[in-house]
Amino acid sequence: MSNKNKKLNKTSLGRRKLLKSLATVPVFGVFLIALWQKMRMDALKKSNVLSNLIQEKTAPAAISDLSNTKHLNLGIIGYGGRGHHLIRGVGFATPDWTEKAGENARKNKLDKALVTFMSQQDLNCSIVGVCDLFDVRAEEGIQASKNEIRPGSKSIQTATRYRHYKELLANDEIDAVIIATPDHWHARIAIDAAKAGKHVYCEKGLTRTFDEAIKVYDTIKETGIVFQLGHQNRQVEANEKAKQIIDQGLLGPINLVELTTNRNSPWGAWVWDIHPEGNAKTIDWDTFQEPAPNKIPFGEEALKRFFRWRMWFDYGTGLSGDLFSHDFDALNQIMELGIPKYASSTGGIYFYKDGRDVPDVWHATLEYPEKDLTVLYSATLSSNNARGNRIMGHDATMMMGGHAGTGSVHGFIVTADSESTQYKDRLEQGIINTKYPIYTYSPGSKQIDGVTSATSRYFANRGLLYTYREGKRVDSTHLHIKDWLDAIRSGGQPKCNIEMALHEAVSCHMATESYLTGRRIEWDPVNRKLI
Amino acid sequence: MNYSRLRLISLTVLRILVGWHLLYEGISKLINPYWSSAAFLLDSKWLLSGVAQTIVANPTLLSISDNVNMWGLTLVGALLLLGLFARYAAVAGAILVLLYYFFAPPFFGLEYSKPAEGSYLIVNKNLIEACVLWVLYTFPTSHIIGLDRFFQVTNKSEDIYE
Repeated sequence: MSNKNKKLNKTSLGRRKLLKSLATVPVFGVFLIALWQKMRMDALKKSNVLSNLIQEKTAPAAISDLSNTKHLNLGIIGYGGRGHHLIRGVGFATPDWTEKAGENARKNKLDKALVTFMSQQDLNCSIVGVCDLFDVRAEEGIQASKNEIRPGSKSIQTATRYRHYKELLANDEIDAVIIATPDHWHARIAIDAAKAGKHVYCEKGLTRTFDEAIKVYDTIKETGIVFQLGHQNRQVEANEKAKQIIDQGLLGPINLVELTTNRNSPWGAWVWDIHPEGNAKTIDWDTFQEPAPNKIPFGEEALKRFFRWRMWFDYGTGLSGDLFSHDFDALNQIMELGIPKYASSTGGIYFYKDGRDVPDVWHATLEYPEKDLTVLYSATLSSNNARGNRIMGHDATMMMGGHAGTGSVHGFIVTADSESTQYKDRLEQGIINTKYPIYTYSPGSKQIDGVTSATSRYFANRGLLYTYREGKRVDSTHLHIKDWLDAIRSGGQPKCNIEMALHEAVSCHMATESYLTGRRIEWDPVNRKLI
Repeated sequence: MNYSRLRLISLTVLRILVGWHLLYEGISKLINPYWSSAAFLLDSKWLLSGVAQTIVANPTLLSISDNVNMWGLTLVGALLLLGLFARYAAVAGAILVLLYYFFAPPFFGLEYSKPAEGSYLIVNKNLIEACVLWVLYTFPTSHIIGLDRFFQVTNKSEDIYE
């Protein structure tokens, strides 16, 4: 072959080599074009159509320096299961609890209960008084006040036990009290505490009866103390986000809201453990039942009633005060509903034929004619089918908890309605598709938590256990206590103040009254009476 | 290695398809701000479930796992597609995909929270894809069709000029 030919051949072979080397580059180009197209379509479709519309407000900051201003002495009246949790929210756990939580964390790396507790802000308080009618729990309260395994430094003072709440209120060193007794005691203690000048954190439901609720309201107003009702959902970020969306009218006119409770375990139906050390000597039964309409002598039945008090109308209001109150208050927080004009309710004892007199399947309807709104509440204690809560608007539906949670803790999704007026154009253009949520809120979705048992998942889905601040898990009860203490120190109003408490109490009592009397109950706001 | 034209094309197409798949698996995770390997790891069964738990419980390890997955898949996919360092990419890809298999093997008696998209008994698509990647390692094509050709120092097989 001549030199010239060789050269030509070499050039063409060189070009062939280049072509073969780059042969798959066009495929890469096709990939990039396909990717770009897909991303553009996704961005249009499932996108954050709503998040563009929402004026984002960040969640309230969890940290404020108010805790450093004044040391507060607290008393706890009623140190049962809920009392334990509340006092942990203050920053004190029993040695048993810290030990067990430490062990759980060692066994299961996903169990963050201890980490969450220890990373709580030090609220600069001491527990100086514990009142409980059961000796074992009173002693546990004293131990908790002394426990040095806590967020922050060693406590300045430790607790003294009081056998009667009036003795505790007589201690001038105590600035504020937390009431976590059964409901039939709430009114008396709250009223006496307010009159003694103590600030009050009271567990929900506000009272056992409607009349008591009005009396508590008037006393708190007269004395001007700082009052917080124990609806920790007020601190939940998801509810704040939901409120922003609804305030901006993104759901359109809302005429129906469905709230549900779905539980299916004895514990969830208040069949709680009877403490082995509970007996006539360790329990002050007579004091316990003093405000109850029906009294019985101490014995086995009394033991059941002491430890499982939510099963009887003598001490509480069953589903109404325990669970409906939470869902109602969350909705009141989101939609600022106030007290309904009418309420009716039905139900029965269909599953737990164990001597209780409160219903285990119960439904209530609240009517707000002035707001063109019906609120439906439906509860069962014999099915775990998580129905979730739905706020149903003409333009979109917001589904909270339940199946909408999609595994996240207290998430919600907003889905457009196919017949929406507001989104008509976007629906026609295919920008909004009713199959995909137009807004999804799922806090902590990048974070995995070991919230395990079905009941704790129930609470978590409703934001009653944990909420998120800047992506970090925080106990909502702790935030709620802190909100109350901040208000005491700054002279402000906490989030679930006495006005909100009155809304909750009257609405729940209207529904309970309807169940007990079998008729529709009307609220007379002028005379503050139920008709 | 001597390939007939048909074998060369078949193997190259296989390389491109697997590359495309892994590339998109990686990119789809990169562009999803909520994606995390935690959900997959939490559902891990069999021998590696303990390792999976440790990774999930430790934010640093989880973040490493997330990044290895997102960037690993993207890189392996792109290299296979372009035929650049394709043999190394095939081995890395095979190991990665084999890990997915062993973190959640379709053995009888193991139940997963998400149903599989097909029916598998011991063998699933991960195992097959890992095997395909191994085949791509043993039968390389990137030195003929692909950017690896630029790195060829000596001429082999059909790379004869004269």
